[in-house]
Amino acid sequence: MLLPFFQWLEKFWLGQYVVGSNWLFPVIESVHLLALALLGGSILIVDLRLVGLGLSGREVKEIAREARPYMNFALVMMVSTGIPLFLSEPIKCYYSPAFWVKMWTLAIALIYTYTIRTKTTRMEFVHNTARRQMLVGALSIALWFTVASAGRWIGFS
Amino acid sequence: MSLLAFCEWLAATQGSIALHESLYMYPLVESVHVLALCLFVGLATILDLRLLGKVLRGVPVSQVADRLLPWTIGGFIVMVITGSLLFYAIPIRTYQSVWFRGKVIFLLLAGLNVWIFHSGIYKRVTGWDMDERTPWPARRAGIASLVLWALIIVFGRFIAYNWFDCDIQPQSAFVNWFAGCVVAAN
Repeated sequence: MLLPFFQWLEKFWLGQYVVGSNWLFPVIESVHLLALALLGGSILIVDLRLVGLGLSGREVKEIAREARPYMNFALVMMVSTGIPLFLSEPIKCYYSPAFWVKMWTLAIALIYTYTIRTKTTRMEFVHNTARRQMLVGALSIALWFTVASAGRWIGFS
Repeated sequence: MSLLAFCEWLAATQGSIALHESLYMYPLVESVHVLALCLFVGLATILDLRLLGKVLRGVPVSQVADRLLPWTIGGFIVMVITGSLLFYAIPIRTYQSVWFRGKVIFLLLAGLNVWIFHSGIYKRVTGWDMDERTPWPARRAGIASLVLWALIIVFGRFIAYNWFDCDIQPQSAFVNWFAGCVVAAN
């Protein structure tokens, strides 16, 4: 059902522009990768704390508040470099299971991060919070891990 | 034995050929290499940004460093192991890659940067642990680390592309020299 849409995207000028250049795809891909490192760091520092590791001597709230602008920035960079990468090969993506796994888990991870996870990191710490924090952190790591792995796998299929 | 001869020998070993030709092992190793990047460069970036006073200003520098160290070391070990395997799978082409050689130089500089930081200003960290704006040698280390790791990532990614490969001639004299290409005289 989506195939005609992807075929239409294949002709879109931005993707064609990337395809027409020897350098553009690798350069955008590199920026995508740099943003991944920043995204990984800004998410992991909070998730590690949620599961009781890393900066365990500090409050979750503080670390989450500090990491948030970097996470937001990294996500904006990921999406704005990811779109031209996708547009350079929409049909290939359409037939790639890794692409669909990535997009679905990405949607889930984004919603999860900005709802449940954000809410948890803002909660006042009371005696039964630790368990919830641990669960929320572990699920976040698992979700983003899947997004990143599936993303890398698009390139292999 | 020259390094090139060593790489030629390496490329002829069964393990290298098997890894190179494997359908799943090579992509798997490469994926782990990329994911460990989040752990290693991602968390190192947090420390660099703390040194620059851009994040976690209320947390002592030594606390950030100590608490993240096991994770960055773990990530680094995974990076070295998977990186070595990636080299092992494609030894000659990688050895003669301008990007790989650039990456190695930046890696050595990054190591030097860590050594300078830890043997110098970090020894006196108790004096500036809570500073939002850390002393210049510490900020310098943070900037150098950010720049070097960004270059290492980009150069690493570019190893996969063949613009400057030795078997695509003619290349510029600089590329042939820097990549150590053996160009047949005509």
